[in-house]
Amino acid sequence: MSSVIFLVDHSGGKISKAAGELATFAKGVGQSVAVVLSSNPAEIITQLSAFGVDKVITASGDWDKYSSAAAAEALAQIMESEKPAAVLITSSARGKEIAGRLAVKSKSGIITDAINVDKELITTQSVFGGSTTVHSAVITGTPIITLRSNSIEAVAAPSTPTVSEFAVTISDNAKLSTVTAATPAVKGGRPELTEASIVVSGGRGTNGDFKPVEAFADSLGAAVGASRAATDAGWYPHTHQVGQTGKTVSPQLYVAAGISGAIQHRAGMQTSKTIVAINKDPEAPILELADFAVVGDLFNVLPQATQAIVARKA
Amino acid sequence: MKIAVCVKQVPDSWAEKKMANGLLDRASVDAVLNDLDEYAVEEALRIVEANSASGEVGEASGHSVTIISMGPERATEALRKALSMGADDAILISDAALSGSDALATSLVLAEVIKKGSYDLVICGTESTDARMSVVPAMLAERLGVAQLTFAGKVKVDPAAATVEIDRVTEFGTETMNAKFPVVLSVIEKINEPRYPSFKGIMAAKKKVITTMSLADAGVAASDVGSSAAWSTVKDALPRPARTAGIKVTDEGEGGSKLVDFLVEKRLA
Ligand SMILES: Cc1cc2nc3c(=O)[nH]c(=O)nc-3n(C[C@H](O)[C@H](O)[C@H](O)COP(=O)(O)OP(=O)(O)OC[C@H]3O[C@@H](n4cnc5c(N)ncnc54)[C@H](O)[C@@H]3O)c2cc1C
Ligand SMILES: Nc1ncnc2c1ncn2[C@@H]1O[C@H](COP(=O)(O)O)[C@@H](O)[C@H]1O
Repeated sequence: MSSVIFLVDHSGGKISKAAGELATFAKGVGQSVAVVLSSNPAEIITQLSAFGVDKVITASGDWDKYSSAAAAEALAQIMESEKPAAVLITSSARGKEIAGRLAVKSKSGIITDAINVDKELITTQSVFGGSTTVHSAVITGTPIITLRSNSIEAVAAPSTPTVSEFAVTISDNAKLSTVTAATPAVKGGRPELTEASIVVSGGRGTNGDFKPVEAFADSLGAAVGASRAATDAGWYPHTHQVGQTGKTVSPQLYVAAGISGAIQHRAGMQTSKTIVAINKDPEAPILELADFAVVGDLFNVLPQATQAIVARKA
Repeated sequence: MKIAVCVKQVPDSWAEKKMANGLLDRASVDAVLNDLDEYAVEEALRIVEANSASGEVGEASGHSVTIISMGPERATEALRKALSMGADDAILISDAALSGSDALATSLVLAEVIKKGSYDLVICGTESTDARMSVVPAMLAERLGVAQLTFAGKVKVDPAAATVEIDRVTEFGTETMNAKFPVVLSVIEKINEPRYPSFKGIMAAKKKVITTMSLADAGVAASDVGSSAAWSTVKDALPRPARTAGIKVTDEGEGGSKLVDFLVEKRLA
């Protein structure tokens, strides 16, 4: 049976939610082979074995010190020896860089931001802000595919993967840029934006007061997002920006409060399963997208909705 | 310092886009300078201004900013915009054989042209708003075999030491990274506020040189680029069924409760 390699994202000894999703995609195609770039992989392997992983290949090295160049070299060497049918990577800034370099190194075609990959390695992408669905295939080399997180539900399937350590050699060229300091994004108590099944976002309409947005998010166990107008004004951290130059989210439910729905914002949320909008302006473009829209003041609507949710749960 | 800035002309991101024969239909929409590349042009100009005795760009500064683009003939409009912001000159690689090129071909052509110029810094945007792949800068660093400093929210250049330090801003947080020249950089849209071309800048840009290169000039074989050389192929592109019109209520004191009723009915709360 052909094998599919996937690169495991992890930080602080924890695998990302996307890693389980990639494992599920890989299993759908063939034997799933997880690549773990870490000098201390034990904990990570344990977590991976919950997702039916057949094989784990680990490689130790200074992965936090060098740019995506080093990770791409490691993957290229593992690819060379493993000869997989495809390589799957998460569609993050770093994931896409690694994929791009790997495509050049291995003379292989690359598809980014896929939301599905089937048994025949045909990918599905949602483009132009969700208005068009595209099916594509790589026709040269080994398909290198980056997948958006939250595109499928990771399937739990306990397994006892075989584990092997791969000795990679990282060239001087991959060490040309180095990380000298790192400040990881602060993780609050709320779910991660790209992993959350519900996202509640606020825009310029909040006028800088995100409390009603946060309270409603907390009542639903949701992540908090923001429009660029809100992050530019410094009302909410840039890491919470949804949109073309922020994060792409595709939750079960997206709530936009005080957001007009500019094309750049829509690019990051338009594939959400259900969209709810709260806006004072009955002409705001976001209302065209909404499955349910309330024309009104978010400072009245959100607190009332929060109360109703809290009351239901009590 | 010799600085190159890679810019792309793209369909206006505010316009509605369609597919035609498996490719983006570019003829039906206005073409503009990729707005994310304006930040790259601006950053290049600021780096020169910070390191020139007069505080200005231009020949007297002892540094140069060259705009490089691969695209159709009409991409010169985007190049003029970058020149009117203050860049010194531009190169456009344009050839019928390039039509339908993927990121692999684009990075191959750009890398060959960049090699001829021996630039200290190559600055890109983080993403072209049409392809949205965000891979060309990393591919360029790979092909050129030089350092990659991407997703910069802040750039510090030390020309004497020939080093660059950046704050890399991604979903994982911020990292400080450094490297020696030559470097491929990409800059995020929070890094600066691109200037509007002044009247003087627009007039000056008319006299600036845009060198047009063919594939042969770039030293790339036609068989390595274009639709026929693409390493992936689109099977089909289907318009998604239009969203059915949603429910719209006007808040008359019950908006929040009605919203929750909807969520409960949809089993979302
Ligand atoms: C290169 C580039 C990249 C960009 N990338 C992004 C991106 O990634 N993400 C992004 O979001 N934007 C992005 N933008 C910006 C985008 O074009 C819009 O400017 C931005 O999304 C607007 O944010 P907003 O909807 O919060 O503000 P506005 O457009 O000002 O809308 C505010 C809305 O709030 C409503 N409102 C006001 N008060 C209330 C109230 N009390 N109750 C209810 N409603 C109220 C108003 O009716 C209005 O509709 C980008 C732009 C460019 C040029
Ligand atoms: N055809 C092109 N000509 C010049 N630069 C390009 C071209 N395509 C992409 N780039 C550069 O690469 C960046 C990322 O593009 P992409 O990988 O297509 O999302 C852009 O912001 C540009 O700086």
